Amino acid sequence: MLILECPCCGVKAEETELAPGGEAHLKRYGPGSSDEDFDNYMFARANPKGVHFERWRHAYGCGKWFLAARCTATLEVFGTYPAQTTEPPAELQAYIKSRRPEWEGYK
Amino acid sequence: MSTRLARGGRLIDRSKPITISFNGRRMPAFLGDTLASAVLANDQMMVGRSFKYHRPRGIMASGAEEPNALVGLGAGPRFEPNQRMTTTEAFDGAETASQNHWPSLEFDIGAINNKFSRFLPGGFYYKTFMWPRSFWKNVYEPFIRQSAGLGKVPTDRDADRYEQAYAYADVVVVGAGIAGLTAALGAARSGKRVIVLEMTPACGGRAVVDGFAIDGQPAEGWVAAAVDTLRGMDNVTLMTRTMATGLYDHGYLMAAQRIADHTPGDGRPKQRLWRIRTAEVITATGAIERPLSFAGNDIPGVMLAAAVRDYAVNYGISIGDRTVIVTNNDDAYRTALALLDAGLTVPAVIDARPTVTGALPQAVRDRGVRVLEGRGIAKVHGGKRVTGVEVCVQAGEGAMIEELGCDCVAMSGGWSPVVHLWSHCGGKLLWDEARAMFRPDANRPPLGADGRGMVRAVGAANGMLTPDEVLTDAHAAFGDGTAPQTNAPDEARMEPVWIMPQGAGPKLRAKMWLDPQNDVKVSDVQLAAREGYESVEHTKRYTTLGMATDQGKISNINGLAVLSDALHQQIPATGTTTFRPPYTPLTLGTIAAEARGEIFQPLRRTPIHEWHEAHGVEWEPVGLWRRPFCYKRAGETTHAAVNREVRNTRTNLGLLDASTLGKILVKGPDAGKFLDMLYTGVMSTLPVGKCRYGLMCNEQGFLSDDGVVVRLSEDSWLCHTTSGGADRIHGWMEDWLQCEWWDWKVYTANLTEQFAQIAVVGPNARKVLEKLGGMDVSKATLPFMTFAEGQLGGFNARVFRISFSGELSYEIAVPASEGRAFWEKLIEAGQEFGVMPYGTECLHILRAEKGFIMIGDETDGTVIPQDLNMAWAISKKKPDYLGKRGQERSFLASPDRWKLVGLETLDGSVLPEGAYAVAPGVNANGQRNVQGRVTSTYFSPTLNRGIAMGLVKHGPDRMGEVLDFPGDGGKVHQARIVDQVFYDKEGAKNDA
Repeated sequence: MLILECPCCGVKAEETELAPGGEAHLKRYGPGSSDEDFDNYMFARANPKGVHFERWRHAYGCGKWFLAARCTATLEVFGTYPAQTTEPPAELQAYIKSRRPEWEGYK
Repeated sequence: MSTRLARGGRLIDRSKPITISFNGRRMPAFLGDTLASAVLANDQMMVGRSFKYHRPRGIMASGAEEPNALVGLGAGPRFEPNQRMTTTEAFDGAETASQNHWPSLEFDIGAINNKFSRFLPGGFYYKTFMWPRSFWKNVYEPFIRQSAGLGKVPTDRDADRYEQAYAYADVVVVGAGIAGLTAALGAARSGKRVIVLEMTPACGGRAVVDGFAIDGQPAEGWVAAAVDTLRGMDNVTLMTRTMATGLYDHGYLMAAQRIADHTPGDGRPKQRLWRIRTAEVITATGAIERPLSFAGNDIPGVMLAAAVRDYAVNYGISIGDRTVIVTNNDDAYRTALALLDAGLTVPAVIDARPTVTGALPQAVRDRGVRVLEGRGIAKVHGGKRVTGVEVCVQAGEGAMIEELGCDCVAMSGGWSPVVHLWSHCGGKLLWDEARAMFRPDANRPPLGADGRGMVRAVGAANGMLTPDEVLTDAHAAFGDGTAPQTNAPDEARMEPVWIMPQGAGPKLRAKMWLDPQNDVKVSDVQLAAREGYESVEHTKRYTTLGMATDQGKISNINGLAVLSDALHQQIPATGTTTFRPPYTPLTLGTIAAEARGEIFQPLRRTPIHEWHEAHGVEWEPVGLWRRPFCYKRAGETTHAAVNREVRNTRTNLGLLDASTLGKILVKGPDAGKFLDMLYTGVMSTLPVGKCRYGLMCNEQGFLSDDGVVVRLSEDSWLCHTTSGGADRIHGWMEDWLQCEWWDWKVYTANLTEQFAQIAVVGPNARKVLEKLGGMDVSKATLPFMTFAEGQLGGFNARVFRISFSGELSYEIAVPASEGRAFWEKLIEAGQEFGVMPYGTECLHILRAEKGFIMIGDETDGTVIPQDLNMAWAISKKKPDYLGKRGQERSFLASPDRWKLVGLETLDGSVLPEGAYAVAPGVNANGQRNVQGRVTSTYFSPTLNRGIAMGLVKHGPDRMGEVLDFPGDGGKVHQARIVDQVFYDKEGAKNDA
């Protein structure tokens, strides 16, 4: 039962208040894209053991989507941040690096 | 015989006698007894039968680790199977019954299995029930079902109520023995919010039984003072009778509190399940004594040494006059001293260690008791009760040196820390060679949200066994200054003894029980190892070791030591099986708590719900809503009611409560652009005042929802969704707005519950609205697919001229608070026009007669709009919409996809729901090929025949062809492919 702090309303939300939304920072491929790009967008997921960026919705709270950086192996939460970003904030990336020196970094 | 002593018993109140019954026999007891101590006071040593061999089983332990003493407790609506007698408090009038025997506990037919035990080795089930395959269903499964499962399932509805509660803490201390109390005092004095959980009704753990002094005062007094101090602190909550059952991610701890288990029917909830969030957990859960593996160690009367002394000290119980103690450690000598203090005799202490020199053994020797060094038990004599033991050399093969007559054998193989909570959430263990135990590895604790350790084990739970070690360890958790000191003597090292005697042959090993509940013996584990089950997890499942309701609390360590020995490897190389919550079984009542019966789920009611209820409604659940399926009149069948509603709506006037329909407001400068991405059609060009039908797809291109979109004003659209889809579609909109197009200026609001919506349907629809008056609803002013706002019969109304039935139809939205009044007004005004309410089944038939699709019938998540001949609803000009790229994939663009058609049986009957149309030949699996399936099928009262729609390969190109639909019982339904519109093809009725 995870606890994630919603960056929108500040509530430390229990997992039962949240709805998961899968991997974050996917780039949408629409009409005109190659089969490979569309296939990757639609179906291919990193599913790492370790640092993972993911989407959550504070479904039974403020209703807002947000993003979380989490270790899938230990469930350590490195941080949460607003959904309106194209990549994790620099300070968060630095913090993850300090906690997981072996992490290859974002992208 | 076991009996109550004249004196002693620190937990019982001799001034409060009670009576319980066991298998119908009435037994006097005292308040404070457990069911176990109550029956032991009445010489009821044997309390059950084992699972496989139906061997007699007696009480072995005094706490949660008890493997045998499970009973059915109570009767009728308060009956509960599998109650552990050692942890269940006795109360006046408690009715108990033993389990797993037939016809009686004393004489059990199933005990014949015992005679055949040679043929029922480990893995018996897997070896026997494999073949012949046909025997599984008719022979093996009924046999296993009959013999499996200890206890009976309750048949009545539970009379009690249960509740759940939430709590938050900085520190939760689990266990209120001296370790837990010491840690709790330290945490509390440092100002933390502390919750202390103790599973039993009283605090103190083992110390109060063992009776040493702490800081100069008797343990009992020290404990009482500590409890008083904690209870007096505002930042501490101490809960007894509360079992911490499991630890989960991020400091989520579950605890089951027994509130009225021992006072049934007093009006309080029976149990309360606590959901606790805590920054840190201190496990002070103590240790569990290990049995020793010698032949006949399962005979009633063979008990754990500490349990024998618990019964004497806590409950004033003598298990028997003569107790032989067998041990590999000093602690068991405390049992000898306690029994001697109670005036009982100890014929000898059999100690497997070659030399015994400790202070505790010396104290026993000083009281004239023989200590037999380097000895073991070769065999226990007795059937339903111990009568004696054969003493042998521990290092030998079991030749008898002498025989000792006794009524009780108190055994101790050392202690195993209770590491369950530590392990539930990923804490690792280390093998402590010196102490011969697995204990928490402080360097690899369970991790919290911040990635740091969230659990610390203290005291015996951390492997510290002597009182001073325990207190020093627990004090260090939070304390400064010096730890409390005891006067307990030092204890000499225990020596691991995994089987007794060490060189026992096969005959003896086949009588050494590891798991007495599931009947797993030393020989079974050794057999599993010989057969190649090298992983402890595999051996567990193959032999069922530790898989009984006690989850192997006393059996696992001996089992994996025997396995390690058989595999010639060290114990840590074998490892442990996985510790999973709950620590002890939770009753389903606490998990469900208040969520049962009417409040199992919230019920959504439309504003007109109560009217339906008062008018013969038959409900249909739609999500959390209840919608009228139909309204039955006196003596009417459901089928007749539905047909009446359809005919009346086609000829007169029908009213449908459409309030459950999703209503989502989409507003803002970019709302049009947004809706063009969301729907397959174009919504931005919809003129104000007009309605347009729209389809929504997911990114893969599959049809997800449909509904009518209304342009309310220049910057506002109202999107109708399906009843079940409202929340999902609103979430879908927000997902795209928040996460993809966050710079678009669009606002959405789910208004579903703000409005009541009523469909006024049928040839007389306009007449009734004109009678209400206030708005011009004529064909000229309010043509099809338009809407108007105004006052209708005095109600603020939004009138949509839309139809899902093919009839002249208006859907009218009024504020929810006025929904019931408006409905009643329509019913009243409609009397002269033949008004009748209709339900969802009528709605379905009306739409199917017109060939309209229904999300969830014609769609199943694999259907695209093009499959449903709805390309007309897809914009060809738009560069993009959600699902457009997905629909371009080759297999979705294939001409071979199944497409929607109408289906008409040759004989007029109704096609079975979901039936498949077969094609010639078989597929790779030898199954008949298929070429289509039924998606909607109804009896049409309008046409007086069955009608259906279905998806058929190349369907629209095959009009007139007849397909075979195999049904139940070998019957084949034949149906012709026809146009999907069965009724009023030219649309004259809608256009009236």
